[in-house]
Amino acid sequence: MNELVNLSISELRTLLDKNEISPRMLAQAFLRRIKEKDEDIGAFITVCGEKALDLADKNDDCHGKSMLCGIPYALKDNICTKGIKTTCSSKMLENFVPCYDATAKRILDEKNAVLLGKLNMDEFGMGNSTENSIFGATKNPLNREFVPGGSSGGCAAAVAAGFVPFALGSDTGGSVRQPAAFCSVVGMKPSYGAVSRYGLVGFAPSLEQIGPITKTVYDNAVVFSEIAAYDKKDAVSKSVNYDVISGIKKGIKGVKIAVPKEFDASTDKVIEENILSAARMFEQLGAEIEFVSLPSYKDALNAYYILSSAEASSELARFDGVRYGYSSDENEDYEKRYKNTRTKGFGDEVKRRILLGTYVLREGYYDEYYKKALSARIRITNEYKEILGKYDLVLLPVAPALPHKIGEKRDVLKAYSDDVYTVIANITGFPAISVNCGQSRDGLAVGMQLMGKAFDEALVYRAAYCYEQAREGGK
Amino acid sequence: MSLYKGYEAVIGLEVHVELKTETKIFCSCKTKAKEPNTAVCPVCMGMPGALPVLNKKAFEYALKAALALECEINECSSFDRKNYFYPDLPKGYQITQFYHPLATGGKVRINTENGEKNIGIKQIHLEEDAGKLVHDGNEFTLIDNNRAGVPLIEIVSNPEISSAKEALSYLKNLKNILVCTGVSDCRMNEGELRCDVNISVHKPGEKNGTRTEIKNLNSFQFAAKAIEYEYKRQADLLENGEEVVMETRRFDEAGGKTLPMRSKEQANDYRYFPEPNLPCICVDKDAIERIRKSLPELPDKRKKRYVDVFGLSEYESECMVSDCETAEYFEKCASMSKYPKIAANLIIGEILKLKADGNGEIPVCPSALAEVCDLSGDDKINSPTAKKLVKLLAGETFDVESYVIKNNLLQINDKDIILNAARNALLKNPKAKNDYLGGKQNALKVVVGAIMAETNGRANPVIANEAAKSVLEE
Repeated sequence: MNELVNLSISELRTLLDKNEISPRMLAQAFLRRIKEKDEDIGAFITVCGEKALDLADKNDDCHGKSMLCGIPYALKDNICTKGIKTTCSSKMLENFVPCYDATAKRILDEKNAVLLGKLNMDEFGMGNSTENSIFGATKNPLNREFVPGGSSGGCAAAVAAGFVPFALGSDTGGSVRQPAAFCSVVGMKPSYGAVSRYGLVGFAPSLEQIGPITKTVYDNAVVFSEIAAYDKKDAVSKSVNYDVISGIKKGIKGVKIAVPKEFDASTDKVIEENILSAARMFEQLGAEIEFVSLPSYKDALNAYYILSSAEASSELARFDGVRYGYSSDENEDYEKRYKNTRTKGFGDEVKRRILLGTYVLREGYYDEYYKKALSARIRITNEYKEILGKYDLVLLPVAPALPHKIGEKRDVLKAYSDDVYTVIANITGFPAISVNCGQSRDGLAVGMQLMGKAFDEALVYRAAYCYEQAREGGK
Repeated sequence: MSLYKGYEAVIGLEVHVELKTETKIFCSCKTKAKEPNTAVCPVCMGMPGALPVLNKKAFEYALKAALALECEINECSSFDRKNYFYPDLPKGYQITQFYHPLATGGKVRINTENGEKNIGIKQIHLEEDAGKLVHDGNEFTLIDNNRAGVPLIEIVSNPEISSAKEALSYLKNLKNILVCTGVSDCRMNEGELRCDVNISVHKPGEKNGTRTEIKNLNSFQFAAKAIEYEYKRQADLLENGEEVVMETRRFDEAGGKTLPMRSKEQANDYRYFPEPNLPCICVDKDAIERIRKSLPELPDKRKKRYVDVFGLSEYESECMVSDCETAEYFEKCASMSKYPKIAANLIIGEILKLKADGNGEIPVCPSALAEVCDLSGDDKINSPTAKKLVKLLAGETFDVESYVIKNNLLQINDKDIILNAARNALLKNPKAKNDYLGGKQNALKVVVGAIMAETNGRANPVIANEAAKSVLEE
């Protein structure tokens, strides 16, 4: 039964369909593992236990139902679950129980998947290490002295540690891809508009997407194809053909891949080497590799931080303790109440970004910061559109450095600049996947990123699958 | 128009109008509910993760209003966030249209002492309403979110209004047009129409003065009073060599003056930026035309038609179009009677009063009024009788002609009978003749009155008058 937790969704599907295991057995196996091992990892905030077993029993007969029927999973704790605490790892929502489900959760309910619990994250999604959580840091299963990345660190760790076959995280500036790379699992940020954001407690609406984290590329493609859909509750979601499975095994002969001519100055040699090695592998597999000068990394990073902070300062304004969430006891007047609630309810990183965002939106400064960032965003998006007009995919590192040790002091701006490669897919809205491409010191992993054209997830998955199969000899 | 102490007033009005849609602007909650906090959902309550989706009907209603006010429609408009903290604002921001409003450049015609004047409209934009704060009289303020998310249009006029009277005319005409289109009932006492005033004063030829803003006005009359007061207050200040402070004021209804609002509600940097959750709304020319064609006949056009087709005077026509219900009522009567002009006059004289007393409902059905008009126009009843009948019809329905006959109300047109009554009148009032010859016109009224009394009010007034004169002059 120990083996069950190491199997992929496809493998579990086979066993379920053959009735060799039941959804209840499966849920129990994973719940047992969580009970045994999560104390060491700290991935889970809430484990559903009884509810999960009830759900598993309800979904006992999976014949003719979806690929995900009876499959256990977990959600990042910023995805609203009706009747189940959704904390965003913040004091502000420590005891918040939504009376509604996020659309992604509702879809997984309809597909009869089995929710096992909610996962740790950086508070409100702000951070890339999962250390900014009121529940403490999550540990990287590859080496527990190191961070699992963030902000969906709990998701990546849970999948890597065999707690769930898949998890859904959210990616605003790299928060699905980077922890996936750090934990040596697969993480995908879909095209902007592919997966409904209704019920995602985000902080930057124009940048974020819910994305799956899985052990294998094929699993990831399966989950994506189940959750990607037009949702009338999300005005920017798109109705597109989201079939990414049919062509996934076609191989990549003739696929043109752009590889960076120059890396950002902050990039570790180890990372560079691994990317170049991946490029060589793609070539061997039949793709056409070309070294291309990419648009300014720094511009993309700066535009991202201005825009995302501005949006965050507005998005988080609703947390005032009036209708729900933490509320300070000082009630003299509404202003004092608001000030105290927000001062005490938010952690430092969240406050930092709200302040930054408020600053750049100030009257008289809109042109200088926000408008400039918007223009930069449009320019960079057009430049990448042009590149993806000539090439099919862009190969990129995921992070410029390896994971740091938990508790290690980091310069705030240095931490922000670690997002340099992942923010590109957020500001352009293009799909991007992160897949392991190497091992490093201390048992840590190196990931690489493949970015495609808008709504061309099918090709992104195809290339990632082909690569993964070649490296791991097929799974 | 007379200037106060030589100062001209420059007035602009910002009017917020609640659109009469079934559901709110960004969610499917109902716009009306009885119990507090019952027409709410995660979206309009600003719950975490909830997203706005535009109610197309609200947009259509806004378009209708903009077209009725003769605005230019922007083919693409977008939404922006206006950020500020207040307990009645669930998300901590209001979704409005700051950078690209849905319409610009319209007008409202008003009547002034010097004739017609156009007050230009700067822009119309769509936005969501905030919730309502209710002070429970103790230490607490209660928040009702039923109103949060109700669709509003904000109509910003150019600062082209010069007096309280003009402002009143603007508001009445604006309301009339909007009610006609059906997009709102514009009842100010229900909060369906709200008006903020911007006003400054200056001497002719000099540059514009500092303006103040007056908010939370609860009726057209209070708006007019507030403008009157503020106009004088600012002029007095400047005459005394003092400065007008740019501030937001409120109108103290009891004292009849404007007072500064608490400063907390004033200075705000709203940090406007585009709403990322809502795509741009683009509307093509065909859609605009379709909505323009669906507009009902608007008051100005109607007024002209009543003059041309029914032969009403300017004044009579103006009264008929003062609101949609009256206009529709008049048209029904006019279509059923040979004498639209009499209908108009009975409406002005009797029906409008009954309407005001009866909460806006007209208690006399058009066909009954039409009957009365025809009897009157055919000289079968006199005008006092007509008025009496209308009053009676307000209380009960009956067949007018039969009633008239049964109750002996038919007008007496027989000159001999009336002359006889005149002679009898003189016998009962011997002094009248001498008074009349001595120049007292009242004597004529006395004799006519006596004729009426003798004929039970049925004498033809014109004939009665002539008869009275002739016997007095004999």
